[in-house]
Amino acid sequence: MYFAATIAILLTMSLALARALLGPTVFDRVLAVNMFGTKTVLLLSVIAFLYGRPDFLDLALAYALINFIGVLAVLKFVQDYTLRHQNPDTEA
Amino acid sequence: MVTLFGVFLLTLLVITAIGIMRAQHLFVAVMLSGIFSLQMAAIFFILDAADVALTEAAVGAGVATVLMLGALALTDDRERGPKRHRWAPVAVVTLTTLMVIYATFDKPRLGDPSAPVHQHVAPWYLEETPRLIDVPNVVTAILASFRGYDTLGELFVIFTAGIGVLFLLTNPSKEGALSLLRSAEAEGLRHHLVPRIVGRLVVPFIVLFGLYVQFHGDYGPGGGFQAGALISAGFILYALLEGEGRALQVTPVRLLRGMIAGGALLFVGVGLAGMLLGGNFLDYSILADSPIAGQHLGILLVELGVGFTVTGTLLTVFHAFAAREQRS
Amino acid sequence: MEYVFDIASWLLLIAGGVFVFIGGVGALRMPDFYMRMHAASLTDTLGTILVLLGIALQAGLSLAAIKLAAIMVFLLLTSPTAAYALANAARLSGLAPERRIADEGGT
Repeated sequence: MYFAATIAILLTMSLALARALLGPTVFDRVLAVNMFGTKTVLLLSVIAFLYGRPDFLDLALAYALINFIGVLAVLKFVQDYTLRHQNPDTEA
Repeated sequence: MVTLFGVFLLTLLVITAIGIMRAQHLFVAVMLSGIFSLQMAAIFFILDAADVALTEAAVGAGVATVLMLGALALTDDRERGPKRHRWAPVAVVTLTTLMVIYATFDKPRLGDPSAPVHQHVAPWYLEETPRLIDVPNVVTAILASFRGYDTLGELFVIFTAGIGVLFLLTNPSKEGALSLLRSAEAEGLRHHLVPRIVGRLVVPFIVLFGLYVQFHGDYGPGGGFQAGALISAGFILYALLEGEGRALQVTPVRLLRGMIAGGALLFVGVGLAGMLLGGNFLDYSILADSPIAGQHLGILLVELGVGFTVTGTLLTVFHAFAAREQRS
Repeated sequence: MEYVFDIASWLLLIAGGVFVFIGGVGALRMPDFYMRMHAASLTDTLGTILVLLGIALQAGLSLAAIKLAAIMVFLLLTSPTAAYALANAARLSGLAPERRIADEGGT
């Protein structure tokens, strides 16, 4: 049963990769990276159980915590870019 | 069946690498390299190398993406295209790749039990670790104790990288940090209520989990490098949410520099303590009453040193990029 | 009793796999960014719950189940927030949703 879930997750990862390679705007790519990240967490959890080593779940937990830092970083930098280009007096 | 999964992920890896190579817009390359790190972490995990997978996930997919985005904010977003096609380098690289692939034909196959490394080296470590060091995680025992010199070298590589970044981009001074606190652009994501509230809930858990990974490295996947990456990821998240000014108040620049130098000093100090107590450099067995207690103490202190330096370096690099971007 | 858990696990894992795959297909084939956002973020959360519950039923009551519960809680908290942050960033930088006019019937 773990194999079926793993196959589904791997197929979705390849679809997310396709979106990251194709996506016309940068936000499509960030969406794909975020999706890839959550799928990686699921893949790590399922394979940890497949190997019969539940103490490897630490990796999935670590990654679940870190995943959304990248998306928030994108939000912050987009916001700064927009702010800087709307206020000409703050440009150097 | 699991080999099939590994091969599939390796194929995705090649496709991602080609995508990174061909991307003209650097932001795309950064996002794709985040996916690359995730795939590497999954492949390491499938190959049963949990410590490396944890480090790769924490550093490559989390912190490195943020650092590269910070660097991108300071430069152009597009790659300047090549002026003319150069065939000589392509030929050299292709030839070298073919030679390396040919050289791997002589290697033993993956997991072959009659390979030399499985006949002599691995069984020695697996037998001697319970007798000499008595920690369940053999990887940590090898990294911190049997091969402590290598880890000392890695620590100094990270230390040098931190110093290198500080030479090129200085952190803001105390007045600079205060002025950042007052400027509007240092607001970070304060206006966005949802990420801010959720982030405030998550940051303590990230730091707590980082501490767990640091001290649990003897028993499960973990250790100083992974813990340093996780704790610095927590503080980077705080800096993204609350702005540079407040983040520099929480972790002042002097504290970060102290951590970078302090970690390296701790590691070398443990080595020198071994010498002063009558043994060799980095000999942990004489640090306490019994050799095994001494090994435990030595591994604990050494991993703590690594954790300090890695945290300090990653946070220093992040603040160097982010604060400079605010000021420009 | 074990059979009940096994069958429940099977069902949850298969359902989770199906939803995850649907999300992937949606993210690839939807015509607009905001529509892809819908597909990806909703199925991320649901697929996560189903798959992790399926595994947790196999783990019984142990440390592994607590870790799985922790992973589930964090993913439930952070995945919708990331979706919000991304959609907000896209809107801030001016990406407009495609306007589609209903083509059937009335106004």
